Amino acid sequence: MSVATTANYLNEEKGLKSWLFTLDHKRIGMMYLFAVMIAFFLGGVFAILIRLELLNPGQDFFTADTYNQLFTLHGAVMIFLFIIPAIPAALGNFVLPLMLGAKDVAFPRLNLASFYIYVVGALFALYSIVAGAVDTGWTFYTPYSTTTSTSVISMTLGAFILGFSSIFTGVNFIATIHKLRAPGMTWFKMPLMVWALYATSIIQVLATPVLGITLLLLIIERTIGIGIFDPAMGGDPVLFQHFFWFYSHPAVYIMILPGMGIISELVTTFSKKKIFGYKLIAYSSLGIALISFLVWGHHMFTSGQSEFSSMVFSFLTFFVGIPSGIKMFNWLATMYKGRITFEAPMLYTIAFMFLFAIGGLTGIMLGAISIDIHMHDTYFVVAHFHYTMMGGTVIAFLGGMHYWWPKIWGRMYSEKWARVAWALIFVGFNVTFFTQFFLGSQGMPRRYYNYLDQYQPLHMYSTYGSWMLGVGFLIMAYYLIYSIYKGPKAPNNPWGGLTMEWQTTSPPIQHNFEEQPVLEHEPYDYDTRMVVNDQLIKKEDVKEKENINV
Amino acid sequence: MEHAEKKPSYLQHHFADMEQQTDAAKLGMWVFLVTEVLLFGGLFGFYTFYRAWYPEMFMEAHKYLDVAMGTTNTFVLITSSLTMALAIRAMQLGKKKQTIAYLAGTLFFAGVFLVIKYFEYSHKIELGMLPGKLYFFDGIQAANPHIFFSVYFTMTGLHGIHVLIGMIIIGWVMVRTMRDDFSPEYYNPIELTGLYWHLVDLIWIFLFPLLYLIG
Amino acid sequence: MEQQNTATAHHVLPLSLYFTVAGVLFVLTGITVAISFVHFGEFNIIVAMLIATVKASLVALYFMHLKYDNKLFMAVFLSSLIFLGLFLTLTMTDTMHRGDIDPIKEHPIKKEAVFYNK
Repeated sequence: MSVATTANYLNEEKGLKSWLFTLDHKRIGMMYLFAVMIAFFLGGVFAILIRLELLNPGQDFFTADTYNQLFTLHGAVMIFLFIIPAIPAALGNFVLPLMLGAKDVAFPRLNLASFYIYVVGALFALYSIVAGAVDTGWTFYTPYSTTTSTSVISMTLGAFILGFSSIFTGVNFIATIHKLRAPGMTWFKMPLMVWALYATSIIQVLATPVLGITLLLLIIERTIGIGIFDPAMGGDPVLFQHFFWFYSHPAVYIMILPGMGIISELVTTFSKKKIFGYKLIAYSSLGIALISFLVWGHHMFTSGQSEFSSMVFSFLTFFVGIPSGIKMFNWLATMYKGRITFEAPMLYTIAFMFLFAIGGLTGIMLGAISIDIHMHDTYFVVAHFHYTMMGGTVIAFLGGMHYWWPKIWGRMYSEKWARVAWALIFVGFNVTFFTQFFLGSQGMPRRYYNYLDQYQPLHMYSTYGSWMLGVGFLIMAYYLIYSIYKGPKAPNNPWGGLTMEWQTTSPPIQHNFEEQPVLEHEPYDYDTRMVVNDQLIKKEDVKEKENINV
Repeated sequence: MEHAEKKPSYLQHHFADMEQQTDAAKLGMWVFLVTEVLLFGGLFGFYTFYRAWYPEMFMEAHKYLDVAMGTTNTFVLITSSLTMALAIRAMQLGKKKQTIAYLAGTLFFAGVFLVIKYFEYSHKIELGMLPGKLYFFDGIQAANPHIFFSVYFTMTGLHGIHVLIGMIIIGWVMVRTMRDDFSPEYYNPIELTGLYWHLVDLIWIFLFPLLYLIG
Repeated sequence: MEQQNTATAHHVLPLSLYFTVAGVLFVLTGITVAISFVHFGEFNIIVAMLIATVKASLVALYFMHLKYDNKLFMAVFLSSLIFLGLFLTLTMTDTMHRGDIDPIKEHPIKKEAVFYNK
């Protein structure tokens, strides 16, 4: 720590206690970041182990039961502990008030509570690993989940508690966005990341409680047997799936929407061009949030739900493609004729567009009943959702992390190593998962620890890819942590961004801004504004100066 | 204009003025109430689906619920809602003693509600009208009556838990009122508690006819 | 004791209003109970739900001050009902249509399932 001199949120108060009891959204965001990274590491280890077992057919390292537990834990940890809180609660917590020009989120104490509830939920979830890890798959389908001997209760209780954490974050963000915008920041001058977080919060608030009640009923069903999910008692297990997916389908948009928000920020900043179709991108976030509630039945085409229902859900599913497509085309149009620079965050942006296009389009394929009946529960589905969740959300998350890293720590990371890691992750990801599209279309079912010899070559490549991914992430961990201690001091606005978080120091001071900032320009107005030496200036002023000089 | 004025202690640092703070708090509470509606909504869903599947069974099983007790409880809960609303009104006018009295009244009626519920529950438990596997009552002819009682106990049980939580919160704001934390300028916590309590009442307003008065 | 001179100027509603609303709620409760003893068949549930909705609206509008508060709160609250409605309706496209085409699906739940030992 040689260069940091000025007071900022990192050094103003010292000691562990000042972190544990902080009400500062930036510190809470960082604690979240720390926690979700641990979860990501854990989930990643499970993933590597899964791929290791699949390297060769037959039982190599784990028994079938252990394998079932591994993929369940991989799914549950990655979804409930990592990907749902990753962008909103970790990065979002940090940047949202800064982007709005506010001093904090609306309810700082609720924010801290949400973090500790997350920790408690995580402990319950992790306890289940020691107490006979769950083997139901992360979806906890009944009736298996009510009869298996593994620790379903502690895992579902964990997910139930994590739901509260997610709800509190959502409540907080909605109130913050409504009430704490800087003067001059009307709804249609908000950064698109904020729009995305707003849409995300709406989903969190509307969908999570249904998961809560479902998991609660599952726990009661398991303990005293109330019979509403048990076909032997006149109950209906398909209802569990309806209830589960009413949350869990919108939940995939809890994951992807903030990622799309990050991409909207990055694509305009690194193209130095006003974003194309601002309003459409903003509305499409809300559109996705709305439609996300209408399509859950496409997870259940083979579950025994009525044909009419499958038809309705299949039809509605296609509508999700529209707002997603709108975003995609707007981003591309933003890049067109922009002055694009290819720093690490922009590389992730481009990777996102490439990977998410594949993930999204295969999603449309799977939304068609006639195809899904054949593809259901094959590796094609696995590949599809990894392309959206990892190729989409995780890549966007990494892009956002690289983008805001200088703001968060006041230090720059090594651009060279960032590119190396990016390349490894991008290539590794495609090697791992593109092969799985082939596996799936040839009929390889998901969630099996063993397979026929004919699938071996593709499984092998997929496993090699997972190693590449692993190496990429290790390199990233190294240079990012290194940069916190030894990295060169970051300027306030290293990327020339126009949103408000770049108008304060890096790292920001405790109350974010010296004075209440006022928004005077359109969002992303690169037509009239530019950043020179950390100063946001009007282009006309520069021209005038040049004229005088001439 | 306002910069020179000292900020009141109850105004948090990141808000510009009380109006912004109050509005944000109320908005937050309403958004939270949305989650409550959907939480109960799941159970209302179970009610709807199973009732559609087993109409005769629901018809027969519901007759074993005690309409008199249910009706009394409805009156009790509406009264408690009234006293809650009056408590807020009293604080708007700065009448501290009245506020405390009304809050105490609300607590009292909430307690009465739970006591009546207790008698209802113990009666059911005695007769074996219990959810799921625990069911051992003989009187109902239609198939799967335990499903009705699963729905009944989960719905009223979750509602009961909400009443209990409400009582704790009401007790807490009562103590804070006694400590002079509130004034006509600042009574946010009472108001938010009120919103929560009215929602508990609202949910009962639907639970009551659905469970007791199927007709 | 009127202290409405502050800038915040909360809406203090007259006492009579609160008591009137509570009175109407009592009366409506009485009506629902009374009606439940008369049999209209299908109609009973509709009437009961209508009355419950009126009661709920009264509580929300007056006790919860929705009528006088920021209209945003009303929108927020209504949105919860809309989404709940969507949830129930879409699930019912399944539960009410099992077996329309394939009779095997008709009742995945066993109607006559009896598991407990009497």
